[in-house]
This record gives sequence, structure tokens and C-alpha cells, in this order.
Amino acid sequence: MRYLPLTGDDRAEMLAAIGAPSVDDLFRDVPEAARLSGPVDLPRHLGEFEVEQAISAMAAKSRHSGVMASFLGAGAYRHHIPAAVDHLIQRSEFLTSYTPYQPEIAQGTLQYLFEFQTQVALLTGMEVANASMYDGSTACAEAVEMARRVTGRHRVVLSGNLHPHYAEVIRTLAALHGTEVVSKPAAPGGEGDLSGDVDGGTACVVVQYPDVFGHVTDFTALAKAVQGAGALLIVAVTEVVALGALVPPGAMGADIVVGEGQGLGVGLQYGGPYLGLFAARAKFVRQMPGRLCGETVDATGRRGFVLTLSTREQHIRREKATSNICTNSGLCSLAFTIHLSLLGEAGLVKLAALNHARAVTLADALAGVPGVKLLNQSFFNEFTLRLPKAAAPVVEGLVARGILGGVPGARLWPGDPAADDLLIVAATETNSEAEIAAFAKALAEVLA
Amino acid sequence: MMNRQGRPSTPGEASSGAVDTVLGHRGLDHEEALIFEQGQAGRSGVDLPEVPAVTSRLGNLARKGPIGLPGLSEPQVVRHYVRLSRRNYAIDMGLYPLGSCTMKHNPRLNEKLARLPGFADLHPLAPLSTTEGAVEVMGVLAHWLKVLTGMPAVALTPKAGAHGELCGIMAIRAAHVARGEGETRKRILVPESAHGTNPATAAYCGFTVDPVPATAEGRVDLAALKAKLGPDVAAIMLTNPNTCGLFERDIREIAEAVHGVGGYFYCDGANFNAIVGRVRPGDLGVDAMHINLHKTFSTPHGGGGPGAGPVVLSAALAPFAPLPWVVEKDGRFALVEDDKGQSFGRMAAFNGQMGMFSRALAYMMSHGADGLAQAASDAVLSANYIQARLSDVMTAAFDGPCMHEALFDDRFLKDTGVTTLDFAKAMIDEGYHPMTMYFPLVVHGAMLIEPTESESKESLDEFIAVMRRLAEAARAGEVDRFTGAPHYAPRRRLDETLAARKPVLRWTPPAPAQAAE
Repeated sequence: MRYLPLTGDDRAEMLAAIGAPSVDDLFRDVPEAARLSGPVDLPRHLGEFEVEQAISAMAAKSRHSGVMASFLGAGAYRHHIPAAVDHLIQRSEFLTSYTPYQPEIAQGTLQYLFEFQTQVALLTGMEVANASMYDGSTACAEAVEMARRVTGRHRVVLSGNLHPHYAEVIRTLAALHGTEVVSKPAAPGGEGDLSGDVDGGTACVVVQYPDVFGHVTDFTALAKAVQGAGALLIVAVTEVVALGALVPPGAMGADIVVGEGQGLGVGLQYGGPYLGLFAARAKFVRQMPGRLCGETVDATGRRGFVLTLSTREQHIRREKATSNICTNSGLCSLAFTIHLSLLGEAGLVKLAALNHARAVTLADALAGVPGVKLLNQSFFNEFTLRLPKAAAPVVEGLVARGILGGVPGARLWPGDPAADDLLIVAATETNSEAEIAAFAKALAEVLA
Repeated sequence: MMNRQGRPSTPGEASSGAVDTVLGHRGLDHEEALIFEQGQAGRSGVDLPEVPAVTSRLGNLARKGPIGLPGLSEPQVVRHYVRLSRRNYAIDMGLYPLGSCTMKHNPRLNEKLARLPGFADLHPLAPLSTTEGAVEVMGVLAHWLKVLTGMPAVALTPKAGAHGELCGIMAIRAAHVARGEGETRKRILVPESAHGTNPATAAYCGFTVDPVPATAEGRVDLAALKAKLGPDVAAIMLTNPNTCGLFERDIREIAEAVHGVGGYFYCDGANFNAIVGRVRPGDLGVDAMHINLHKTFSTPHGGGGPGAGPVVLSAALAPFAPLPWVVEKDGRFALVEDDKGQSFGRMAAFNGQMGMFSRALAYMMSHGADGLAQAASDAVLSANYIQARLSDVMTAAFDGPCMHEALFDDRFLKDTGVTTLDFAKAMIDEGYHPMTMYFPLVVHGAMLIEPTESESKESLDEFIAVMRRLAEAARAGEVDRFTGAPHYAPRRRLDETLAARKPVLRWTPPAPAQAAE
């Protein structure tokens, strides 16, 4: 077995040193009835080539975004990842290290986390950010929990244009605490002001920016109303590249900004691992979940970095912790921070502009297809169409023409007939003008 | 000795003392500024095509000011992260005996396979007709997990061990609610030796945490446990093998007793690597158990994640599993995203940690049923070898064989002036990552050593020799090598108190210099 260094002789010598007659003897504390007498009913070990063949054969059954023109978004976006990102995250010292509990020999991880926290704070326009959460949806649910702790209130208002998966995760966790969740109806044409839904018992209002249908809304007035009622405004960003083009949520008065960082460095990966971004006002830092990296000095006065404020965390506070989170998305935060460092200010701004331009071209092309209605006045790189018929079969028709033509409403709001003819479509820098033209042509054919 | 140009080719009278270097570098050990201290506006490491002129539809919300990100070319960025990487310890560099964390070798085949575009370039909401390969990996992985644990169902979506705990406790809660006992079953029993995530999870789910004491042998006190049982107990959360590295001998009695009062048995599967292929948790009375794919099945720890924490469930709990699920019909696998049944809901957007599923499956198929059992055996053998070879100079916390990790306490350091922390930092100077220290809490000055199955006997012998020498040095009064440690790391001991008292959590630009008068 290529991964196991011990030989038969080694094992015998080690048993002799221990004074045990056999390895089985070391398992003597296991109740006899529970000890297996032979191997379980699974295949025996395989060579590297055989495993590669078997798993590659499975991968070959997927028709992925590389072989079809992909216009899928709704919470996950396909962006080009520079080759240097994947090379650097595979360096052994990053890939095969643990959470930086021994800071003197983990300065590499700790310094990039400090840089990552700074980048996230700058992008979102917030004062502090943590070292990552599992993904955008769990970060969003943790933000709601944090708002309950900060305000001591138990009523939560969710925008109808918050990604339905995010809303579902919040509702799932809220059920544990008896939190009242007010879920507004989805508004594909754009949602009105939610100020009227806030009352003196409200802990927070959760909105998405751009929202799940792609609309870009100014939340400045909402932030004032929410804070005026003693509640917090949580803004979720599922497409982080948008922050290269848009006014940051912090500048609109958000109290907590959460996000899905997958769009930079991480890739699609069928939904995970992804990267939860979590940023907040500095005054809430001791109520934040997750790891925080901070600056300090060593015994000789040199700058260094450590995990800090850990009295919020489960390994110190146990049942009084702000969250049960332990492992986060370390390597994904590294991929994100490397990608963003490669882009830099100029690169990110241009990437975002390019995404917007492609989406504008696509929106105009698709809105020109007979029977198709564009529902957005504003958008970044994603928008919603109302089709003259149910969208799910149309998407299958587009697959037959080599196009992943968006996410049908029925996929996100199953069982809601009002969503059946909706199609959420995204464009990124990876979509050429030729692909856009082909998509419009194919959509016209499928609808004809 | 001189070479032909008269240049000395032997070291000569080199001074052994430290010298101050111009930039603070020390040979291969480079000081590296923050990326924000390096960039210049206008530079970029990415070339993009020209942006076509379009009328903006950003709804008057176009960003007005700069973001503040630095600009660097690709060579600068690559150098930055390579230099940072060299300031980390890693399993690829040496033995990483961090108990409870299972730092085993990460096969590179798994990295290669996870990057196949049929998994990596697949959108989570792509039409189900296009994602068959990825769903097959999920289905096959689920099958392996169920067979290895002897459990009938598995929820794949949890994103880490603690998220798996949340999943299991939520399923247990949902089951109690479904039989009308949601309001009465409010207490969860958690042994004192448990991982911090256990009480944190139970409290997060709205339960009261009731600690169960340990015996002098480092195991759950069965009598004390039974005394705490009652109709208000929702579950017990028990790690097995436990955090002291011991198998809970009374596990079946514990399960029976908890079941007897209508509670469920949640097993923290963080240490499943000790028994995989040799013992099935389903045979021990477990109702739910998370499996850290990043421990037992060797997906890389990545400096703190991402992990994956699938949860195996008993038949009683399976109906409450979170969405989505994988179902198998006629040898083909399908994803179920919508269900009007008893599922407690959704724990995260999308389909779980696909990138970890493909890696873990590659690990399982490489080892096979035989290799997985051998890996568990070797892990247990190696830990016992360390315990046996160190017990005369260090103090083992408990008698008898351990499982995959050996636990020592700090009695051997008594009156030496050296603490567990000092001892750990001295290991850094010797080229090792320290063991887990001060955990579990039930042992004073705990040192928890987990070698895993990845170490050769030569490697174990070297480690043992170093640990013996350090233990002797502590008792011989060589205090300075401990209290001043680490001496040979990129940083000397860091001031964690300062970091917490005056938190600096991000870089801020230096204040502009005063204008010259």
C-alpha cells in the first residue's frame, strides 16, 4: 500500500517494544461483538492508475461549463482563474498545514489571513472582516444569529429577493431558537422599500446586493430606517466581483456584510467548497463568529500575526461561544486573496466593467428575442427574463444546443407557479460575444 | 585549501554568532512586507481585453472612490506567496503530531482528480441532465460511508465537522419534535473531555449542556451518566475513541441506557480514523455521527479548511436529513433538491463540499477495505509505540493501550520551571510542529500526540529520540532552551495578550507625513 510506510518487520518490532502480542490486542477495549472479523464489503485497494481511470470515468459523465457556453449564476459565477492561483495554493506549506495554532511556525497562513481580512473590509466598505466562513449562505445565517445577540431581539425580516437557499438556511437555523422570520415574497421586477416591515422588535433586515434577480438597489434609506428602529441591516453579496463596480454596502450604511467569495479564485466545484465572507462594524467585533487574525509583536519586537479574540470561540468558551464553527475555508481564502492580489485595484475594476459590459450586451440580445421580457432596469452581470413559457424545458432545449442558458425559476422556487417562466441569466468575462450571439439565436429557436 | 583563483574553498574562521542583516532577511528566511506595502497603483497581474463601450445599467450605484487595493505584477505576487509559504510548517515537511487533528499524508492523486473539469467546472445549479458524473461521486461516496459505518443513511451537505454536529443534533431535535417531545427534551449530556464544538453545538441548537464526569481511567463515568438520565434528555454527544485517545469500553451500555430513556446517541466521529474498517459505529448503537473527511479520509487541512462533515444517520433519524439528497435507482444516481417530507431543511446553499467528496473517494478507493483497516491499525500501533517508548521519561495520563493518539500530562515537568507550552515551543526548535497542548481539559497540562499511519518507523524513532532528550533536558534544569523557545522559527514567541487587548485586525494606510514647513 503506497501510502503506508510501515513494513511487516517494523510492525513486529513495534509490537515487541509495546509488549503486545498483536495489533488486535491493542483494540481489546472494543466490545468483542463489535470487532469485525474481516474486511467490510467494499473493493480492495487499487493502484493510482486504476483509481484515476475509475474516477475520471465518472467525471466524463458530466457536461461541464468548459464544453458548453455557460450563462449560469444565481449564487455561483464562472470566472477565469489565473494559473498562478492554483499553483500557489498547492504549495505544500499552505495545502498541508493546519489551523495556525502555533503562530511562530504559521506566519505564512496568518499573514495572508490578515491581508485577506483587509481586502474583504476594503471591498465591502466595512471596518473589520473575519478569516472566512463556510460559504455565503452560512455566513448569512450566522449574521442573523449575531444580530439577535447584538440586539437581544428575535424577529428577522428577509427580503423576498434574497437568494432562496440563503433564506432557507436562515429559516432552518432560526427554527432552533424560536426566532420569528418574516419572509417577503419574491419580487422579480424589483422589490420596494422594506422600511415599513421594521418594528421595535426587529433584530435585523437581510437584503441582497445585487439581489437574486440581479437588481441593484440603493439601501441607504433602508439602513437609516432600520437603525432608527434599533435593528441591524445585513447585506448579502453573492457575486463578489460586483464590488469592483458598485458602491460598497458599507458606504450605504450596512451593519454586517456577508458574501460568497467563490467568484474570486475558488471556482464552481458543483457548490463547494466555497468561501464565506463576513465583515462588520468594529463595535460588533466581539460578537462576530469565526476566526480573527490580528497583528502583534514577538519577543524581539518584530511584527507578527496570531489568531486573536478567541474568547468568542468554541474551543475556549464551549457552550457560551458565539458560534460552533471551528474549521473554516482557509485554502479558499488563500485562493481568493491571491486572485485579488493578481488583479489589484486596476484589474478588479476592469474585470467588473467587463462583466457588466458583457451582461449589457447579453441582455439586449436576449430581450430582442420575440416574447422575451427583460425585468431589470438595473443589474451588474446578471438579470432576469420572463419567458413566454415555462423556463425549465427551455433550459433543456438550450442544453441540446450546447448552451447552459441560465437558472430557471422553478429550480429556486420549486412549486411556485409564479416563478415557472422566470429565467435568471448571468454573463461574465468568460462569455465571448460569439457565445452571446449563439445564445440569442438558440433561445429564439427553442421558443419558436 | 585554495581553488585555482586563490579563493578559499573551506569555511575558514567563521564566527558562529548572529549578525544583523541589512533588510532583516536570514538567508533563505525572508522577511516579507504586507502586500499592501508593496503595490503600486496601475500595475496588475492580469491582462483583460478592452471593455466594450456600453451604457451603464448600474442604477446610479457605480463605485465612486478607489477601493484601496495594491497593484502588482504576476512575478511579484508569486514571490510574495512563495515567501509566505516558507514561513509555515506542514505535514509534507515533517511529522505533525497534532492530536485530534489527524495530520496524515495528503495523496496528490486526490488533488489531480478533484480538478477534473467534470467536477471542478460544474455549476451547482447546472441542469441535472448535465451533472451525472458529480452526482455519481456523491452516490458512491455515500455508499462507502454507509458500509464503513454500518449505518443506513448519510447526509452529505455539512461543510465541516462542527457543521456535521449541527446537522446531527438538528436531526435529533426534529425527531423529538415529530413525536411531540420537542418541548420536554431540552438537555444534552456532554462528557467533560469533549471537543469544544460539542457543547457549542448543543447550546446553539437551544439545548442545555449537562457535563458528564470522567473516571480516573479517562472514560465516561457510566454510573454518573445513568444518574443524569431522564425523560428530558434529548441526546448524549460522545466522542469515540474519546479525546483522551481511549476507546469507551462501556459504549454499548451507554447507548442502551440513553435509548432506554428515549434519547439519541450522537457520536463525534473526529476519531473515526482509529477504527475505520475494523469497527462499525452502527454496531455500537450510534444514531448519528459526523465524519471529518479532512481527517479520516485525508482531504487536505489547507491551513484551516475547507473540511467536510457528512453525517451518517440511523433509520430513525434518516427522514429528517437536510436537503439535498442523493438517491440511487437502477444503478444511477439522482439529486433530490425539493422534498415535502420531514427534512429539517437546508444547511447551506447548494450540494456540499464536492471538492472534498472527489478527494475522499479517491483516498478510499486507493486504500480499499483492506487498506483502510490497515491504516487504522498502523495509526493505533504507532501511537502505542510512542506511548510505550516515552512513558519512562514523560508521564502517560492513563494506563493501558491507547487508540490512535497518546496522551501525556505535565507531571514529568513538575518543579522543572518548564510548562507544557514551553515544552511545545522547544519542539519547534527541534523541527517539529508541537502536539496538541492543554486539551483535553480533563488532564493537567495535556500533551496529545497523534502520529497517524503516515510515519515510517525511522521517523517515529527520530521523534521519540527528540522527545526523550527534551524530557531529560527539562529535568536536568536546562530551562532556557524551553522558556526562550522557539529560537529557530521565523518569529520568537508572539504576544497573544497584546493582540487581544489592542486588536489590530486589518492593515490601514500610514497617516500622511506632516508637510514640510
